[in-house]
Order: sequence, then C-alpha cells, then structure tokens
Amino acid sequence: MLSPETIKAQVESLVPGAELVVVPNGSTDNPGALLVRGEQAVAVARALREHPALRLDYASNVTGVDWPDQVLREKHRIKLIVEGEEREFEEERERRVPGYLEVVYHLYSMALGHGPVVLRLRTGNRNDQVSLPSLTPVWRSCELQEREVFDLFGVRFEGHPDLRRLLMWEDYQDHPMRKDYSDPDDYEYEPTAHDRVLARSRARQGEGAAS
Amino acid sequence: MSRTGEFEPLTVPGESGAGEGQDVLEVAMGPHHPSTHGVFRMDVAVAGERIVRLKPVFGYLHRNHEKIAETGSYLAAMPYTDRLDYFCSLTNNWAYALAVERLTGLRPPERAEYIRVITAELTRLQNHACLVGFLAQDMGASGTPLMYAFREREKILDLFESLTGSRMMCNYMRFGGCRCDLPDGWLDQARQLVADFPRFLDEFERFLADNEILMARTQGIGVLPPELAINAGVTGPMLRASGVNYDLRKVDDYGIYHRFKFRVPLGDHGDVYDRYMIRVLEMRESVEILHQALRDIPAGPILDPKSKPRGFRPKPGEAYGRIEAPKGELGFYLISDGGSNPYRYRVRPPSLINLTVLEDMCLGQTLADVVVILGSVDIVLGEVDR
Amino acid sequence: MGLAQGPADVGAALSPADDGLRGELRRQGILTTSLEELYNWGRRNSIWPMQFGLACCAIEMIATTMARYDLARFGAEIFRPSPRQADLMIVSGTVTKKMAPQVVRLYNQMAEPKYVIAMGACAISGGPFKQGYNVLKGIDRYLPVDVHIPGCPPRPEALIHAFMTLQRRISEQTLRGQGRPRHLDPEGTAEFPVPVHGGHDLVPPKNASIWQPPAVRREA
Repeated sequence: MLSPETIKAQVESLVPGAELVVVPNGSTDNPGALLVRGEQAVAVARALREHPALRLDYASNVTGVDWPDQVLREKHRIKLIVEGEEREFEEERERRVPGYLEVVYHLYSMALGHGPVVLRLRTGNRNDQVSLPSLTPVWRSCELQEREVFDLFGVRFEGHPDLRRLLMWEDYQDHPMRKDYSDPDDYEYEPTAHDRVLARSRARQGEGAAS
Repeated sequence: MSRTGEFEPLTVPGESGAGEGQDVLEVAMGPHHPSTHGVFRMDVAVAGERIVRLKPVFGYLHRNHEKIAETGSYLAAMPYTDRLDYFCSLTNNWAYALAVERLTGLRPPERAEYIRVITAELTRLQNHACLVGFLAQDMGASGTPLMYAFREREKILDLFESLTGSRMMCNYMRFGGCRCDLPDGWLDQARQLVADFPRFLDEFERFLADNEILMARTQGIGVLPPELAINAGVTGPMLRASGVNYDLRKVDDYGIYHRFKFRVPLGDHGDVYDRYMIRVLEMRESVEILHQALRDIPAGPILDPKSKPRGFRPKPGEAYGRIEAPKGELGFYLISDGGSNPYRYRVRPPSLINLTVLEDMCLGQTLADVVVILGSVDIVLGEVDR
Repeated sequence: MGLAQGPADVGAALSPADDGLRGELRRQGILTTSLEELYNWGRRNSIWPMQFGLACCAIEMIATTMARYDLARFGAEIFRPSPRQADLMIVSGTVTKKMAPQVVRLYNQMAEPKYVIAMGACAISGGPFKQGYNVLKGIDRYLPVDVHIPGCPPRPEALIHAFMTLQRRISEQTLRGQGRPRHLDPEGTAEFPVPVHGGHDLVPPKNASIWQPPAVRREA
C-alpha cells in the first residue's frame, strides 16, 4: 500500500487545484489520513477510485466525529505600570478554538485487495456551516451511512439523493451523537444497591468520606 | 396501509414499471411483520403485484450502542458488542478486540488466536444454519427446516455456554487474548460436534438444495450484479454470491487464517439461490477450518501479559479493525484521545450496508419475493440499527 | 349456601364442593367443576402468543418454541402474526422510543382477555441500554405487565417459567367481584393511550395512570 504522502502527491497531480493535508495518526494502526477540502472532495474521490495503482472501488466505513469548540487557557506575561513602577504580571487568557464536524471515509480496493486509505472532510463549524459534498454519487455504500451521519451529527450532505433521518423519527430535532447533547429527562431515579453501599461506607468512615 | 394510514392510491408515470395510469398501492411492511426478522420496515409501492418502489425504514431498534460505548471504558463496551448481531456475539467480540489491539499494539498469544478461530467458525456454522432455516421459513416451509437448524444451533450453544457461561451473550474476547481458558474436555466435545456436523449438512442439502419449491422461489430472483455490489459496499456471502472474490479471511489475513487451508465459494448468478448455496458451501469450509484448528491448537497462555484490565488508556490515535463476520465485513473504528473511554466508537454494520441494494434487488419482483430477498440478505436488526 | 352476600364471599360461593368431596366424587366417576374453573382451564392451556420479536430475547423466544424446549407442551406453540388472534404479548427485547407507539398500538389491537410478559432486562427497565436516548426505560410505563422475566437474555427455561407463572395467575382469576380481570369489569378499559413522537422525546414520557416512578427514601 502506498504511503499517504505518495497518494497525496499523485492525487494533487491528477486533480487540478487539489490540496490535501496528511493528518498523522498516533496509534500503531494505519499511517495517516488525507484531509480534503469540501469543494474538492468529489473530484478527489473520483480520482482515488479511478487511479490505476489505487482503484479504491469500495468505501467501507463512513463515520461522523464531533470536535466541539474548545476553550484553551493560556498564560501570558504582561508588563503593567503600578504606582509608577513597571512590574511583570502573569495573566491568564482564554482562547476559543472553534470546533467542527468531521466525516471520515475508509476506502479499500476490492480489485487490488489493499487499503485502507482514510479520507477526512471537515465542516466550517458546528452550527451554520455544516454542509459537505456527498460522496454517494461516487460510492453507493455511503448512502445509508451518510444519512446516519446527518441524523446523529447534523452534517448536511449536498448532492445526496435522499437525505433524511435514518435512525430517529422525522420530527426529532436533536443530533444525539454530538458531544454536547443532553438526554431527555426520562431517567427517573430508581433505588439501587449502590446507594446502600454508599450509606454504609459513610457510616463506617464518618461523614464526608463518601459523598 | 400507507405511511399516513390512508388507503390512497397514487398514480405514477409509466417509467417506474407501472403501466400508464395504473394505480400504485403503498404497503408498509413492518415494523411488526413476521417476515422482517425483527423490527424493520419497508415502505413498498406495488403496481399490481410488481414492486415499483421500496424504501427501507430503520431505527426501530436503535439502542444507542455507540453513544453508550463512548461514555464507558473500553472494556465496558465489550458486552454491548454481544448485542449487536445477537446470533454471532463471538465474532463481534473479535472485531472489537481486533480494533483495540490495532490501536494499542497488543498481540494475542498463539493459543488465544486458535480459540478465536474455533469460536468464530462455530459461530459462522450456527449463523448460516439458522439463516438457511429462516430463509426456508420465509418461503413457507413453516418451522421444520428451522427446527433442524436450531437443533444444531443448540449443540453449538452448549459449547459456548460451557466455555463462556452464556448461550448467546458470550462476552469472551479480551484485548490481547481471551477471558478464560477452555474447560476440560471442551476440545473433545468440539471435535465430536465438528465430526458430526457434515451429517446434518448432508441431510439439510438433501432436503433443500434440489427442492423444487426452493428452486422456483429463488432462482433468478433478486439478482445483484457484481459491479453494483462492489460500489454499494456489499460484503460477506452476499458479495461472494455475486461472484466477487473478497473474503477478509484471505485478503486481510487477520488472526492466523493464513495457516488454514480453505476455499472461498463464489456464486455465478448473484440470485437468492446462489446466496443460499454460498452459505451451505461456507459451512463446509468452516468445518474444514475447524478440523485443522482443533487438530493444531497448542497449549500456552491465553492473554497478552501487557494487557491490563484496569487503567486501560490507549495513546491518542485511531484504528480501524475489521473481520469477516458471518454477515459480512464487521468493522470497528476507534478514536482515542488518551482517556479511559473511546472518544469516538463506531461500528461498521454489514447488515445495514448490505441493505443499501435492497430496492435495486426488489424492483420488478413480486411482493412475495421481497420477503425471500430480504431473508437472503441475512440481517439482524440489532446490528442494522445498533 | 346461598348467593354471595358480599364481594369477599363470591369465590367461596362459586366453589361447588371442597377438594375432599370432589376427589370422592371423581372416584365414583362424577366430575364436578365450576364455570370459573372451566373457563380458566380453557384459557390457561391455549395461550396464543403474538409473533412479535423485538431484539435479542426474540431469538431465545424462538429457541423456546423449537424442539429442545418445546413450548407446545404448554399449549402455547401457535404464534400468531396478527394481534387480533393473540392473547399474549411477549415483549421480547429492547423497546425503543421509535418503536414504543407501535407496541402500544399492537397491544390495543389485541382482543381481551390479554396478557403481557416483559421478557428480559430491556423490556423491564431498559436494561443495559438504559442510558440510551432512544431507549424506553421499561414497557410498564405504557402497558400493564403481568409477568416480568429478568435476564439478558433470559434462558428458555426462564420463559417457560414465566409461562407457568402466567398460567397460575390465569387460573386464580375470579369471574366476579373485586379482583376480577379487566375484561369482565364493565368499567375496565382494553385500550391504553398511544404516545406520540415529540421533538426530543415521547409525549407523554409515561402513562401516569399505570406507572409512577418508585418512591425513593434516601437513608440519611
């Protein structure tokens, strides 16, 4: 199997204007993924499918991943003039890193028996720029899986032939696989043995031991 | 009854298979329907007796497997994998264990690999036997073939129970090995079962393979061309019945499958009969693998010493592990952020993706054929909806 | 023995003779019974379950009807695909929120007298999937359940035990007075409200007239 860097170079030479980024993978598994910009995704996907050395004719797995907005706390040194004297202070600033939704495609070749090549697409943010091109015209196997990503993550796939919710009912409004989804309040408290265990340990070890 | 609950015939133009001006009736098959193998719905439009449109409706058994797995530890997801494809808990375990092993670099010892192959092939035997039984039941052979299949299945479940403590929900594989060693005498019982199994296959084939009704109901029905099968991501016996040689046991060579001599049966026509026949032939090949594995299994440890049950935190990264489950390619995609629970946990369900082509196979067939075609896909709703 | 003076005496009044006398009569070739016994005997021994599988437990339910466990011994091997022909609904598996309205509707379509067995942890309480956003936390929020079977999934023996429990409960039912079954009570209802799918959850989330969350007493 070709390395992601080689695939990136070959695809960029095949598709005019394509820019791919190799996303490294920290685990012992595959060498890395290819990040594609949304507007080029269909052309890149076609190139990957038609390339004679790749022939990735089989899109095995389509996954949504939610990366919520992050607030990073960073420390800065600043100088202030206090009582006519310049002194150094440490100030903590918050930096907001906007989140995004990601769709991951695992591509294999049935003709050549190799793979996977991992393709990643990212949306602009998690609220209003959630459109990505659908790869269903290239691989039919994305049809139901992209519907599932639309249902559970809320990614809108442009060009999908039948974009409806797959698993939840039609009037459902949430996207439950997002990290900030909160469950409906239907989980009434039911007494379990666990409580009694807690109470016992509290009695044995004094108040505040198990709270 | 249509989706709105009204019997309202609608007229469609002629290109969809209905004649000009012919009434089209919408029928909702399911979610409670004896032929759908669970809670699955097909919104079918028929012109006369012919299918002009078929839209599957999913989600009636959507149990939030992925969400629950992302809130628990890695090991806590293992019992949930049992309940994906509840016929084949051991292959589900294996696929998940394989994904975690690819994420972390754990390696199961020799004996564990053999146990995995043995349990997976036994799982395949009982899954395919039951599938054939259910398929015959869908054709109207009420009960009898299924009873034969379940008789054999019970024998295999006895083995599973004595090994894992549970008939169906085995929860047996661990990251880097298996949970417990084989009990005394288990291998002899397994050898006996494998030696007897071909007799059941002979009997089953004698009753079914050249049965006139079965041939009339299945040959030329629900044809799936190989190009469409590949493009639609169909895997497993469905794909091989269409003549595409793609078996992950050969292609990916996961576990220790390269040590065993077995053939991959391929179909010619891609119709329901081929899909039935592929399963029968695969059972014979599984028996071959089992013979070899039960002969060669070594003694030794069953768990990688580096595997630890507590404080299991893989390094940040991602992995995709897939195996040839009885229903097709079962994959698990994991993203770790270094924490004790998976950041993203995704199941690639073969049953769901094999249903992508359900409408293509059913168009132009009769309503009664839909039941048979769906039966030949081999779905389990726990895996379709997860 | 005259007719019933009060509701408490009805059961005694209907019984024609005590067991000793009946045994003596039977030895003489005379079979005595009461309408109640006859009625319950007939219903008890020909329960027709609905062919209604939801999830994993359905496979164990099928296994129970197969050769090894042979549910036919209890007169319940005829699984009917139509709710109109069934007396027993075995809720075999996880009831999701998407499926719950259909389950209640199927129950409403069954003719009285009808019974419900909640098979497995999911049907009782949501079981292992209780945290799920689409999982109903127990079918008894919408339907009156007669027998609960724990297990995940329950073994076929457990389902058979549930059957025998149900049979015993049927044979204990009286025809008149307090404690008579719903279908003999002119004010009893055979239909339960069907929940609808809302924007975030089922509406209503439970049928408050038949199920309330258990009272919690926190030990201090």
